[in-house]
Amino acid sequence: MSTPVDGSQAKVQDTVPEALDPAALPADLQDERLIASHGVSGAISAFTSRLRSGDLGSVPVVIGLIIIWAVFQIANSSFLSSRNLVNLTLQTTSVGVIAIGIVLVLLLGEIDLSVGSVSGLSAAVLGVTFVNEGWPLVVSLLAGIVLGLVIGLFYGALYTRFGVPSFVITLAGLLGFLGLQLLVLGKEGSLNLPFDSAIVKFATQSFLSPAIAYGLVVVMVALYTLSRLRGRAQRLSAGLSAAPTSMIGLKAGALAVVLFVPVAVLNGDRGVSSMFLLFVALVVATDFAIRRTRWGRSVVAVGGNVEAARRAGINVRMIYLSVFAACSTFAAVGGLLAAGRLVAVNQSSGGADTNLNAIAAAVIGGTSLFGGRGSAYSALLGALVIMSISNGLALLSLDSSVRYMVTAGVLLIAVTIDSLSRRSRQAHGRA
Amino acid sequence: MTVTPTPVTAAGTVLAMRGVSKRFGAVQALKNIELDVRAGEVLALVGDNGAGKSTLVKTIAGVYTADDGSMVFDGREVRVGSPAEAQHLGIATVFQDLALCDNLDVVANLYLGRELRKGGVMDEVEMERSSWELLRQLSAKIPSVRIPVASLSGGQRQTVAIARSLLGQPKVVMLDEPTAALGVAQTAEVLNLVERLRERGLAVILISHNMADVMAVADRVAVLRLGRNNGVFTVNETKTQDIIAAITGATDNAVSERAARRTQQEGSAS
Repeated sequence: MSTPVDGSQAKVQDTVPEALDPAALPADLQDERLIASHGVSGAISAFTSRLRSGDLGSVPVVIGLIIIWAVFQIANSSFLSSRNLVNLTLQTTSVGVIAIGIVLVLLLGEIDLSVGSVSGLSAAVLGVTFVNEGWPLVVSLLAGIVLGLVIGLFYGALYTRFGVPSFVITLAGLLGFLGLQLLVLGKEGSLNLPFDSAIVKFATQSFLSPAIAYGLVVVMVALYTLSRLRGRAQRLSAGLSAAPTSMIGLKAGALAVVLFVPVAVLNGDRGVSSMFLLFVALVVATDFAIRRTRWGRSVVAVGGNVEAARRAGINVRMIYLSVFAACSTFAAVGGLLAAGRLVAVNQSSGGADTNLNAIAAAVIGGTSLFGGRGSAYSALLGALVIMSISNGLALLSLDSSVRYMVTAGVLLIAVTIDSLSRRSRQAHGRA
Repeated sequence: MTVTPTPVTAAGTVLAMRGVSKRFGAVQALKNIELDVRAGEVLALVGDNGAGKSTLVKTIAGVYTADDGSMVFDGREVRVGSPAEAQHLGIATVFQDLALCDNLDVVANLYLGRELRKGGVMDEVEMERSSWELLRQLSAKIPSVRIPVASLSGGQRQTVAIARSLLGQPKVVMLDEPTAALGVAQTAEVLNLVERLRERGLAVILISHNMADVMAVADRVAVLRLGRNNGVFTVNETKTQDIIAAITGATDNAVSERAARRTQQEGSAS
C-alpha cells in the first residue's frame, strides 16, 4: 500500500474507496464486521453510539457544569461576571491540584483519604519554617513538597509490603498527619504569611497580561493541530486509517473556542491567574503521562487487572509506590498554594472539607471509583463543579449547611452515573 | 511405543525436563518427570485431575522451582527462578485465565509491559501496525485492535493472549487448556492457531482435557498419572483408547468400558 506521508497529498485516503478490495483499505479497517464510519458525520455517529453504550467520559460533568452555572446565573446575575469567574479560578486551583493526585490513585482502584491532612501539614511546615525559622522561601516550599513525597512513599511501602488496604492506611494518615500539623503549628496555632512573599504574590496577585494569555491560546491550538497532523501522517505512512484533515480542523477550531472564550472573559477582569495556569499545566502534563507514557499505561493496567499486569512483567510494586507518592506530593503542592492564597496557615488549613472536596472533584469529573478508567481532566472539571457550587452559594449568602448538602447530592449523582455507566459498558462489552 | 528417557537430548529437542520432582508438604506432586519437547511439534500434555499437569507447566514457566532434577533448554542446563526469567529464555506461557486487562484495548494488551517507545513516549502507530501484522500472520479474526478486550469473544481473547506470548520471540509456547469454555467454531479457530504456531517452527506444549482436540492437533502425547510419567505416544500410531488407558491407569476403565459397550450395542443393532 503506497501511502504518501505529506498531509496534502494524503487526501485521497480520507474517504475509503467504495470498492470492496480489502487490500485497498487501511490495515485496521479491513475486517468486514466493522461498522464503517467516515468523515465528520461518521465521527459524530461513533461518538453517540459510544455514549449510548455507557462510555460517557466527561460528558456528564460538562452538562452538570452548564446546568450549575445556568442555575446560579439566574439566581444571581453576577455569578458569570468576569470578576467572579476570576475568583472561581483562584478558588479552584488548590482543590484541583489535590484532585489530580486523587485521579491517579483512583486509576489504580485505590483511595487516599488523607490528602487534606497532608496538604495542611505541608502548609504548616511552610508557615513554621518560612515565617518562624526564617528559612528561604524556596527551601520551605521544597520542604513541604518533599514531605508530601515521603508520606506517599510511606503509604506505598505499607501497601506493597504488608498489603494493608489503602483505605485504612490513609484513614490513619488522615488522623496522624492532622495531629502532626497541630504539633508543628504549636501553641499559637495560626501564622500569617508576609504579603510581600513570592508565594502569596503568586497565589493572589500574579495574572497573565492579555497579550501573553492570547498568545498562549494560539500556541496551544497550533501545537495541538501540528501534533494531530503529524500523528495522521504517521498513521497513513504505516498503512493505518487516520482522521480526515477536516475532522482535525474541526477539533482544533473547537479547542480554540474552548480556550479563547474563557481567556477573553477572564481578561475582562484581572485576567488568567498564574496559579490557575500552573494547575492547568499540571493537568495537561498528568494527562500526557497517563495516556502516552509507559508508566501511565502501567498504572491503567494495574487498575484494570493487577494479576495481568504483574504477569506482563510490570513492576507492580513500583507503580503503587509512585502513584501514592505522586498523590501525596500533589496534596502537598495544593496545600502550599492554598496557604499562599489565604495568606495564612492555621489549624484548619487543609481541614474541614478539603479532603472530601478533592475526592469528590475527581469522581464528579468522571474518574471511576472502580479503577482503570479516568482522566486527569476530571480533576479540572470536577474541581470547577465543586467550587462553582461553593462560590455560587456564597454569592447567594447561603451558608455551609446548604453547600454541604448540595455538594453531597452532586457527588451522589456522579457516583451513581459512574456505577450505571459501568454496568452499561459491561453489557455493551466496553468494560 | 513408550519413549525411554535418554540423558542426552535428541536432535531438535528445544526443552527437556530430566528427573524433575516437586513436593508440596506431604504430597509428591511430581516424581522423576522426563519430558522432551521438539521444535516444530505440538506435544500434548494430558492426565487426569491432580496428575500434575499444572504443576509441571508452572515449574517450566518458572512459577515453581523444582525440588529435584534439571531442565535443559536449547542444549544448556538452565535454572528458572521466576516467570520473567522463563520468558527471557524463550518460554512463553498462556495461562488458563489469560490475564488480559479488560479495560485496555488489544494493542495495549499485546504490548503490555514491553511498549515500544520513541523518544520516551509510547509509539502507538508502530505498535498498532505491528499488531495487525502479527494478527494477520496468525490469520486471527479480530475486527479492531482499538476496542477494549472486554468486548471480544472467548476465542478472540484466547487469540490475543497467544499472540501476546509470541511477541517475545519464544521458542516454546505452553498453552494451558486453550479450548476450555470455547464453542465449536472458536475451538477450531484456536486449534488452527496452534497449527500455525507449529508451522512457525515453535515447540508447542498443549495442556488439554479434550481428547478430540489432542488427537486433532498434537504430534505426540505425554501422559502424566499421579505425578509420574505414564508413557509418551505418537498420535498417528495410537488409538484414543490407549491414551485414555494410560491416563486412567487401567485398560478396564470407565471410559473404555462405555466405549466398548456402545460398539457392542451398535454391533448387535446392525
